[in-house]
Amino acid sequence: MNPSRSSRLKSPAKTPTGIAGFDEITGGGLPCGRTTLLVGGPGSGKTVLALQFLAHGAGERKEPGIFVAFEESSKRIVANAESFGWKLSELQRKKKLYFMDAQPLPDLVQSGDFDLGGMLAALEVKAREMGARRIVFDALDVVLALLPDLAAERREIYRLHAWLLARELTGIITLKSGADETYSISQQPFGFMQFMVDCAVILNHSVVLGVSQRSLRVQKYRGSGFDEDESSFLIGSQGLEVAVAYMLSRADLKISKGRVTSGVNRLDTMLGGGYFRGASVLITGYSGTAKTTFCGAFAEAACGRGERTLFVCFDTNSIEVIRNLTSVGIRLDRYVKNGRLRMVSARTITGSAETYLVRIKALAQQHGARCVVIDPVSAWSKSGNDLTAYSVTDRLIDWSKGAGITLLCTSLLDEMSGQVEGGSPLQISTLVDTWIHLNYLIQAGERNRGLSIVKSRGTAHSNQVRELILSDTGVTLADTYTAGGEVLMGTLRWEKERAERAQHEAAEVAAKLKRVRLDAEEAELEVRLKSLQTELVAKQVEKALLVRTTQSDKGELSRGRTQMKELRGADAAIPGRKVGTS
Amino acid sequence: MSRRAVFKFRLYVAGDALNSAQAIANLSAFCREHLPDRHKIEVVDVFREPKRALAESILMTPTLVVHTPPPVRRIVGTLSHALTLLLALGLNTASP
Repeated sequence: MNPSRSSRLKSPAKTPTGIAGFDEITGGGLPCGRTTLLVGGPGSGKTVLALQFLAHGAGERKEPGIFVAFEESSKRIVANAESFGWKLSELQRKKKLYFMDAQPLPDLVQSGDFDLGGMLAALEVKAREMGARRIVFDALDVVLALLPDLAAERREIYRLHAWLLARELTGIITLKSGADETYSISQQPFGFMQFMVDCAVILNHSVVLGVSQRSLRVQKYRGSGFDEDESSFLIGSQGLEVAVAYMLSRADLKISKGRVTSGVNRLDTMLGGGYFRGASVLITGYSGTAKTTFCGAFAEAACGRGERTLFVCFDTNSIEVIRNLTSVGIRLDRYVKNGRLRMVSARTITGSAETYLVRIKALAQQHGARCVVIDPVSAWSKSGNDLTAYSVTDRLIDWSKGAGITLLCTSLLDEMSGQVEGGSPLQISTLVDTWIHLNYLIQAGERNRGLSIVKSRGTAHSNQVRELILSDTGVTLADTYTAGGEVLMGTLRWEKERAERAQHEAAEVAAKLKRVRLDAEEAELEVRLKSLQTELVAKQVEKALLVRTTQSDKGELSRGRTQMKELRGADAAIPGRKVGTS
Repeated sequence: MSRRAVFKFRLYVAGDALNSAQAIANLSAFCREHLPDRHKIEVVDVFREPKRALAESILMTPTLVVHTPPPVRRIVGTLSHALTLLLALGLNTASP
C-alpha cells in the first residue's frame, strides 16, 4: 500500500503472465527477455504457474512458447491442465505451444562428463522455427541431479542462463525445494541460482489448523519494485489466482447514488430510502437475532425487482433456509425455481477463506449476480486463521464494489466472548458502508429483539433503537418506548401502548361528552334566538301596523275635513279635478 | 544376443566441445578393442542437425544411442569408463 510503489512499478519491459493478481504484485509481469526462478515444494503450483504463463502468451499475446518437461511427461501435463480451459491441445496444433519431453530415461547410463548442449541446440531450432518468446524449464532439478558434482551443476545452470539471455527469451525455471525448507533455500546446492536470475518467486503451501493455505512471495526482482509481502493464492478453475487488494491507484470504482430496498419498509425509512446500490452492508448480532431473516427479505426484494441474486449460506442448508424463511412470510422458493436466485450452501469445515472468496466470485460471475448475500461471513474466520479471513473479507468488499454488486453480509457475534457493543470478529465493521446491529434486550423476564443502525455512510439515518417483530406476515419494526431513560420492548411496550390507548379512549369519550353538551347549549341558544327573532318580527309588524293606521287616520281626517269644507261650500281654491283623483 | 551381432552406434556430439571430442575418441578406442569389425559409428552434431537430436529427445551431449542389437540403450558422457560401457552393452561375460 505504499503509494510511491505504483510509480516505481512502471518500469518497462515486462511480460504479463495473465495470472490474476500476479501481474499486479510484480507491476506487469515477469522481466521480459530475462529468467525467472520459481521455487516451491511439491504440489505448490509451480508447473501450473509456469504453464499458465505460457498458455497466456501463446493464446492471448501472440508469443509462442516452449515447455521443457523434465519431470512429468508432456501428455500428462496437458491432460492435467485440461480442466483449466487453456486449450493447450489446440495451441499445440497451431504450433504456438511446443512441449519437449526431456525426462531422463530411467535406464540412462552415465559414463563420464556430459552437458546440456544437445538439448539447447534442439531448442534453438525449435525456438527459431516457431518464433518462441517464452520458455519454461520445468523441474530443472531433475536434470541437475544427473550431473556428477556441484561444479558441473553450476556450469550447466550458467550455460542455460547464458543461452536464455542470448536469445532474449522470457524464461521460467522451476525448482523443487524441500518440503519445509522454503526459507532456507539459499543453503541448497542450487541456491546460488537465486543470485543469478533476475527474478525469483517462492511458492509456499502450508496447512494451518488443517486448512490448506497457498501463498507466494516475490523474493527479488531486478530493476523493479514489487510487492514484498507474501500473498495468498489459489488454484481455481481457471488457473492461479493471486489475492491482492486493490491498489490505491485504482479509481475505477462505480459509485452509485441509487438506492435498493432492504426488503423491510421501516428499515428503508430509517436508512433514508434503503441501502445504496453497490454498497456493502453488514448485519451483526448474536445467533437467533434474525440476521438471516434480513438476508431473506433483501434477497426476496432484489429478486422481486428482477435482479439476479446469489445467496451463500454457511451455517445452514439452503433448503432449510428457504423453509425457515417461509415462516416469516419470505418466499424464496419461487425465485429459486425461475432461476433468479441462486442458493449455495457452503459448510465451514472445508477450504480456506481464500477458496471461498474465489468460489463466491466465480459463482457470482457465472450467475450474473447484482446482489450477493453471505450469511454469515464470520464463518470464514473459523476455517483457517483470522488474519487471512480479514484480508479476504477486505477483498470481498473491494471486489463487490468494483463489480457494482450490492453486498449484504452478516456476522455472528459470540455471546460468550463478551463483545459488548458488537465489535465484529473480523473487524470488517470499519470497511462496510452500512452497519446494522441486532441485539437482544432482556427486560421483565423477556428477550426481545432490537435493531439499530450503527453507521450508514453518506446517509442520514435514524439513531433510534427499534423493536424487531417477526410474524408470519413478515418483518416489522416497531417504535420502542423510552421511559425514564429505559427502552421498553415486548410486553412492557405493549402495556405502555395499552395504557396509552386507554388514556386516549378516555380523553376521546370526555371530548365527545363535552361536544354533546355544547351541542345542547348551542341548540338551546338557537331556539332562544329564534323565539326572540319571531318576537321581533311580531313587534315590527305591530309597529308597522301602528304607523300605517296612524297615517291613514291622519289622511282620513284631512280628507274628511276637505269634504266637510266642500260640503260646507267653503272657498274653492283647489280645482275640482284634484278631487276626482283622491 | 548373437556373438556376431554388429553394434550400430549413433553418437550425438555438440560441435567441437571438449567432452564431445573425448567421447568420439573413447568410443573409437573402445570399438577397436572390444568390437573389432562388428561396429558402425555414426556421429551426429546437434548444432548441424538439431532436428535429429529433437526427434530422439537428446538432452545431453555427448549421448551414445545403441539401436542394434536391441534393446535401445542410451549412454551419456565422455564414455571414459570402458567397464560401464561393457556392462551397458552386455559384453562383460562374452568378450571376444
